[in-house]
Amino acid sequence: MEENTRLTLSEASMEDIKHLVSDRAIQGETVLLNMGPQHPSTHGVLRLLLELDGEEVVNCVPDVGFLHTGIEKNMEAKTYMKALTMTDRLDYLNNLGNNLTYSIAIEKLTGLDVPPRAQAIRVILAEFQRIASHLIFLATTGLDVNATSVWMYCFRERELILDIFEMCSGQRMMTSFIRPGGIWRDVPVEFEDAVRSFIKIFPSRIDEYEALLTNNPIFIDRTVDIGVLTPEDALNWGVTGPMLRASGVDYDLRKTNPYMGYEQYDFEVPTRSEGDTFARYIVRMDEMRQATRIIEQALDKLPYGPVRSNNRKYVPPPRSELGTSMEALIHHFKLWTEGFSPPKGSVYAATESPRGELGVYLESDGGPKPYRVHFRTPSFTNLQVLPLLSRGHLVADIVMLIGTVDIVLGDVDR
Amino acid sequence: MTDKIESIVGSIKAGFSAGEYKFRGEISLLVKPEQIVEVCQVLKDEHNFQQLTEQTAVDYWPEQKPRFHIVYKLRSLDDNLIIGLRVPLNGNAPTLPTIEGVFKNANWFERELWGMFGIHIEGHSDLRRIVTPYDWEGHPLRKDYPLGYEEVQYSFNFDEIDLRKPYAKE
Repeated sequence: MEENTRLTLSEASMEDIKHLVSDRAIQGETVLLNMGPQHPSTHGVLRLLLELDGEEVVNCVPDVGFLHTGIEKNMEAKTYMKALTMTDRLDYLNNLGNNLTYSIAIEKLTGLDVPPRAQAIRVILAEFQRIASHLIFLATTGLDVNATSVWMYCFRERELILDIFEMCSGQRMMTSFIRPGGIWRDVPVEFEDAVRSFIKIFPSRIDEYEALLTNNPIFIDRTVDIGVLTPEDALNWGVTGPMLRASGVDYDLRKTNPYMGYEQYDFEVPTRSEGDTFARYIVRMDEMRQATRIIEQALDKLPYGPVRSNNRKYVPPPRSELGTSMEALIHHFKLWTEGFSPPKGSVYAATESPRGELGVYLESDGGPKPYRVHFRTPSFTNLQVLPLLSRGHLVADIVMLIGTVDIVLGDVDR
Repeated sequence: MTDKIESIVGSIKAGFSAGEYKFRGEISLLVKPEQIVEVCQVLKDEHNFQQLTEQTAVDYWPEQKPRFHIVYKLRSLDDNLIIGLRVPLNGNAPTLPTIEGVFKNANWFERELWGMFGIHIEGHSDLRRIVTPYDWEGHPLRKDYPLGYEEVQYSFNFDEIDLRKPYAKE
C-alpha cells in the first residue's frame, strides 16, 4: 500500500505512467520525486516527475499545461484586431515579438504593406524585447546558482527597457503596440534620447554581468559540460533559437528569412559548438551585444514618414480625419465593429523570438474572425529535450537546465 | 530557391499522387493519411528537410469529408526551404499514423492533437493529453466544443453548481 502511494504521486495512476519510468522504478530501486509546479526554480508552473537513483537523474518527465488559458480557442471568437491583445499574454517576456509575428501573419494573409518607419521601429522594439528577455534569463539563471547580485543588476537594466515601452505605448508589458499594417502610433520625441542613453551604457553593463559570471569558478563548475546537446539531436528534436546556435548550428531567421528589413542591418549570429549550459549562456550574452548593435543602426537610419499603412480596408484612419471625411468615419466604424475580412487561405509566418522560432499558422475562412490560429512556440518544442539533457546529471543541475532552456510557461501552455 | 522547391514538389506529387495547394508563395502538398510517414521520411532523407517546424490541425466542422486537415511544416536549414503538408481526415473520430519515428519532436505536437482535437494517433509512444488535465472531457479546439457557457461558481453556490458541472472537477 505504501509503495503504491509513493509511485502514483498525483498522476492519473501507475498504469498510465508505467511506460514513462524504467522497470527499476516499479521494483522500487529508484525514487520518483515530484518537482513543481509550485517551485520557484521551474520558472513558472512546470511540473517535473523525476526518477532518481540517489541524486542522479535517471529520467525526467515534464508535465505541462498548468498555465493553459485556451488562447487559441478564444482568438477564434474575436476579430483579428481584438485577438491581437491575446498574443501579448502568450510569451509574457516577448510581448512585442508576439504582436509582431501575429501582425506579420495578417500582413501576409491580406497583402498589407508596412511603411519603412514602422518597420524600423518594430525592429528596435523587437530587439529591446530580446534584450529584456535575455536579461530575465540571466537574472533567473543567476539566481538558480545563487548569484543574487546578477539578478538585481539585470532587473535594473530591464526597467530602463520597460520604461521605453511605457513611453511608446503607455504599458510596460502588455503593450499591443505592433499592429497589422504598422504600429499603433508614432514614438514620442523623447524616444530617441532614451534609446541612445540606453545603448550607450548597455555594452559596459554586459561586461559587468560577464565579470560576475563568465570567469567565476563556481559558475563554470555548474555549467561546463552539463546538459550537452549535440547538433544532430537539436535538429531532430526541432530545437531552435539560442539553444540550436549553442549546439553549433548557425541558423537565425533574421539572417536566413529576413523580415522587417533585417537584411539592412549589419550583425553577427553568435554560435558556439559545445552545446552545454555554458555555451547557451554565452550565446545569449553575445546576442544581447548584437541586439544593441541592431538597435543603434536602426535608430541611425530611422526614416521619417507614416507609421501605419494607408490601406483603409484594414487599418483604421487617423483620428484627425474622422471629423472631416465621411469615408474615414465609415471605415472607422466598420473596422471597430465588424473588423476586416482577409481573403480565404492559410499562411505561416515565423520570426526569431528570444527563445527561437515563433511561428503563427493563421487560417482565414473569409470572415472577420480568424478561423484557426496556432502558435508554434519555441518553448514548447525546446522543453521536449529536457529529459534528454538531464539524464545522468544531478538534481541541482535540472534547475540550471530549465534556466538555460529558457522556457516561458505562458509560451509552452498557451 | 523556388526552382528547388518546385522540383521537390514535383517529385513528391509524381511519387505519391499528391495534390498541391499554393497561397501567398507557400506551397503545401495534400497527402493521404496512410502515406504521411513515408512522405516525411522521403523529404527528410532525400530532400534534406531536417526539422519538423509545425504540426497542428484545423477543424472544418460541420463538414465531414474531410472534417480535419492536419498541417505540417518541414524546414530545411541547409537549403533554407520550408514545405507544407496537409493531410485530410474524415469523420468524427479519425486516426492518423505517428511521425514520431521520423521527427522526434512530433511527440508533443501529436499529444496536443489528441487532447485538443481528439485525433487518435496510431503507434504513438505516449498518447496522453498534454495541455489539458488528464481527466478532461471533450476536445476543446474542435469547432463543436462550446466556448464558455460554464456556470460561474461563487462561494455561496459552489457546491450546488459543482454537483451538476460537467467538466474540470478536481
